[in-house]
Amino acid sequence: MATSIPVAEENEQHPDVALVERVRGGDVSAYDELVRKYERQVFRIAQHITQNREDAEDVMQDAFLKAYEKLDQFQGNSKFYTWLVRIAVNESLMRLRKRRSGRMVSLDEDVETEEGSVPRDLADWDPDPEQNYSQTELADILRKTIQGLPPGFRVVFTLRDVDGLSTEETAETLGLSVPAVKSRLLRARLQLRERLSRYFRRRKASNSGTGGSK
Amino acid sequence: MTCSEFLAMLDDLIDGSVAQDVRTELEKHLGTCEHCEVTFSTTKKTIQIYRSHELYEMPSGLSERLHAVIKERCKKGC
Repeated sequence: MATSIPVAEENEQHPDVALVERVRGGDVSAYDELVRKYERQVFRIAQHITQNREDAEDVMQDAFLKAYEKLDQFQGNSKFYTWLVRIAVNESLMRLRKRRSGRMVSLDEDVETEEGSVPRDLADWDPDPEQNYSQTELADILRKTIQGLPPGFRVVFTLRDVDGLSTEETAETLGLSVPAVKSRLLRARLQLRERLSRYFRRRKASNSGTGGSK
Repeated sequence: MTCSEFLAMLDDLIDGSVAQDVRTELEKHLGTCEHCEVTFSTTKKTIQIYRSHELYEMPSGLSERLHAVIKERCKKGC
């Protein structure tokens, strides 16, 4: 580990760069590969922002077409994925704006809230809280819970914790500062935790048995 | 260490981005504060649950439609 050579790291090329080069050279199948690789994530982000399935489908299509058309502008100094997601986020916000009859929409809405900045529900959870719900019930709970967060929190949480982008990549993708991403991430995590606690807190044993009841 | 100080470092602890000496301090606090221990473990669980459940499956056929649209666009000028 102490023997890593910085020069090698500098020369290390992300596999997407080679795919982008092939597309630029006229190989459409390489773009197909990029689409297949990222379509799920783009759809997910679009859903999280627009909260509407039809809009998310349109956003996904428009984002990939726009990325294709603007591929010459992709510099290669950021990851293709972060560049693509930035396009998808902008498309999603535009779509949301249309739905709200032209009213400005941004990822800064409602982020001033103090909710969740101090944990209030301090009950411990069941060791395996998912087991108390069916897959459908659980998915409903998780969707409902995250939908209650301001869009700027939802998106930061999704990019950072679900997609696994770094703080810096999330900041670059959303045009936010690193401290802003950090602050939103902490509040998003704490708000989700607080809201999920309602469903997942340890249930008292109804009889004389120990441990949580089902 | 106070609970507010712990909370300010919570994300870094979860993400494993704290120096060893700070980690030791945080863990010492966890050993004595049940509230922070619950906050820490349930926040970690929150992330793990969201990471392991796909909330928005792509509608069937969407992928095929997208590929068809891109191919069509390409014919016109790529």
